[in-house]
Amino acid sequence: MLTIDRSTYDAIIAHAKRDHPDEACGVVAGPEGSDRPERFVPMVNAAGSPTFYEFDSTELLHLYKDMDARDEEPVVVYHSHTATEAYPSRTDIGLASEPNAHYVLVSTREHGNNDGPVEFRSYRIVDGKVTEEEVAVVDTTDTESEAS
Amino acid sequence: MTIEVRIPTILRTYTDGKKAVDGEGATLAALIDNLEGNHPGLRERLLEGEDLRRFVNVYINDEDVRFIGGLEAELSDGDQVVVLPAVAGG
Repeated sequence: MLTIDRSTYDAIIAHAKRDHPDEACGVVAGPEGSDRPERFVPMVNAAGSPTFYEFDSTELLHLYKDMDARDEEPVVVYHSHTATEAYPSRTDIGLASEPNAHYVLVSTREHGNNDGPVEFRSYRIVDGKVTEEEVAVVDTTDTESEAS
Repeated sequence: MTIEVRIPTILRTYTDGKKAVDGEGATLAALIDNLEGNHPGLRERLLEGEDLRRFVNVYINDEDVRFIGGLEAELSDGDQVVVLPAVAGG
């Protein structure tokens, strides 16, 4: 199960809506081994495409060095689908390389850049095998909302 | 001549769980051959035929090797090599 706080959940959806019709992508980092997604890091989709996403290689290095320095790992790796359902594509499965991460898929196909509900689903992708999991959205505490 | 190579989580099955290993080589290609000797199977995860895999990024001292000669990129004692799988999909 993925447990994620409301403000991070909302931030992922806002990013996906903003970048629609291109795919949006990013991570939520958290302390290594904690399984707590705490630090929202939106990334630029270097592919700038409605059907593909890729972190820029220089930014990718920067992100991983930064997480390393903070003893963090990518707890959530998210991206959006803009014309299809929020389920990992064959490419997503083939390229998934963080066996400990929750892969979050958001679909903006219904409302695009506009207000309205968005499909938000989470998966484990290990050795080509996809397992969907429950998403629990918890209310943000006051201190966390001040920090965000 | 020693080169430190940082290994991503998904490839640590080849390095007994180690986050970093030492290798040797005057070029990236030579380094990868050297690593293969101690960590069999790693080469195949980095290369496709004679080229770096499209969705594997390798950096020498923070430079993406694609911009500094690819597998022919030169290495010196004390250089740091980082391997990171692309975060990408469709």
